[in-house]
Amino acid sequence: METTNDVMIRARGLTKSFGELKAVDSVDFEVRKGEAFGLLGPNGAGKSTTMRMIACVSKRSGGELRILDRDPNEHGPDIRGHLGVVPQQDNLDVEIRVRENLIVYGRYFGLPMKFLRTKAEELIEFAQLTDKARSKVDNLSGGMKRRLTIARALINEPDILLLDEPTTGLDPQARHILWDRLFRLKEAGVTLVITTHYMDEAEQLCDRLIVMDKGRIMAAGTPAALIQEYSSREVVELRFGSDRNAAAAERLQGMGERIEVLPDRILIYTASGEEDLARIVEAGMRPVTSLVRRSSLEDVFLRLTGRSLIE
Amino acid sequence: MSIEVRAHAGAAAHLGPHRSAKSIAFGTWFVAEHRLRTMRAYLSSIIMGSVFNPVMYLFALGVGIGSYIDANSGSHGLGGVSYLSFVGPALLASAALTVAFEETSFPVLGGFKWTREFWAMNATPISGRQVASGVLLAAAIRVVFTVIVFWCCLVAFGASPSAYGFLAVPSAILGGLAFGSVIMTVASRLEEDEGWFAMINRLIIAPMFLFSGTFFPLESLPVGLRWIGWISPLWHATQLGRVATFGMKEPLWLTFGHLAFLSIMLALGLGLSWKSFARRLSK
Repeated sequence: METTNDVMIRARGLTKSFGELKAVDSVDFEVRKGEAFGLLGPNGAGKSTTMRMIACVSKRSGGELRILDRDPNEHGPDIRGHLGVVPQQDNLDVEIRVRENLIVYGRYFGLPMKFLRTKAEELIEFAQLTDKARSKVDNLSGGMKRRLTIARALINEPDILLLDEPTTGLDPQARHILWDRLFRLKEAGVTLVITTHYMDEAEQLCDRLIVMDKGRIMAAGTPAALIQEYSSREVVELRFGSDRNAAAAERLQGMGERIEVLPDRILIYTASGEEDLARIVEAGMRPVTSLVRRSSLEDVFLRLTGRSLIE
Repeated sequence: MSIEVRAHAGAAAHLGPHRSAKSIAFGTWFVAEHRLRTMRAYLSSIIMGSVFNPVMYLFALGVGIGSYIDANSGSHGLGGVSYLSFVGPALLASAALTVAFEETSFPVLGGFKWTREFWAMNATPISGRQVASGVLLAAAIRVVFTVIVFWCCLVAFGASPSAYGFLAVPSAILGGLAFGSVIMTVASRLEEDEGWFAMINRLIIAPMFLFSGTFFPLESLPVGLRWIGWISPLWHATQLGRVATFGMKEPLWLTFGHLAFLSIMLALGLGLSWKSFARRLSK
């Protein structure tokens, strides 16, 4: 399927309502070929709903959506044949073996057994599951199941790989192995669409991303551009002890570009953290702990979507 | 690593420009194939069950109770046949219904709720309808196997005297699938098990098993209770089986009535399950 300008996914005014609730409220974005595109947002932001519309399993309520230059309402099954889907919750068949999971899944795309036998071997190696090829899925660890789910999503050699919170619930080792695998796919030119609420994951993997909140896009751009636009270069974190925080904040007014007072600490968003910290110490203030760090996507995210808990 | 080098080279060659063409044509079978692979995990219990069950029932009811009943009722009691011949087609049909229930109850709830594998299927070009049809097709294959083994036992016990006895096989299969399609619809609408299947077992399957003309003719029941048989797929499948195995006398319209009842139930059950599978998967 040839596409114009290598745009793989185009959404214009894309909307999904459940009754009164607008889960996705008129969003616009484009995903280009070979790009790793991130959908960030707190729980309930509309990431997964957007993902399900891209996956051609949930119909949009309004707006335009084109995937590989086709309308999913009319060509759902055909488009799904070009996609690989890694859902939020693993949905492997736990009663059959690792290799069988891949083969059975490949059959759904109409791929012949001969092709699948070789392909399954390849993917098992890619997912670093060679020793487990004959195990039942029940006996795999969380990270292994995740890798198997990703391997399964690659059985049809998809043009776009959709990953919905791929590393949620994994330990750091398992996450890093997974990132490595995803990075290799990206290098191979597979277009990735990733939802996550881990900012480090987004910084690691995504070329471009949108931050969603309450169904709307709050910001869009590369991780670096977003940090530049919505945060400062560096952040100074000061702890004075929770009873002295408010008083200290008064004295810090005017420091840096912006000050944020949290119950347990004060954040100063600034161009140069070390300089500011020196001035604070000179002024005779004695924070219990102090930390100067670079601004991260997490600062952007919290600024855009707020700090209150969404449950 | 080869996958990175070969991305986009292999699969596309097998699939052609319309990636869903093969899935649309054979998707139902792909789902059934998957279910059959899953069944391999409990293959021994399937085989043991389908041989052990008929032998046990036919021996206990047909030979044990049967000899007692036959001695007392003489040759006129049950349309002139032995109790074994009378009860055989009913046991055959109920075996079909039981197996169909097994394959359309928990596996369907599980596919939506526990393993969530129906969502995995639907992420490919496979549609919700095809998932439903495939589950029923796999159930059908198991039912066919069970019914054929059971019928062979019937023949071995001498409980299928007519030359048309083999026609009891398709009628039992039809009964099983009609029932299975309805159970599948129910299962696809459950959010949690919450003891629903246990309740269906006690409040629907048990009374159906007892009051569908299984062990005694429906006419022995008070008129007010005979409706249980009329709405029971087991009764219709059993009566068809009796017409086949020992030429039970009934009006021709009634025989066609049984066929029509079961066919309509199957069509309705399958149609409704198509709807609820598609709706649940696209939520």
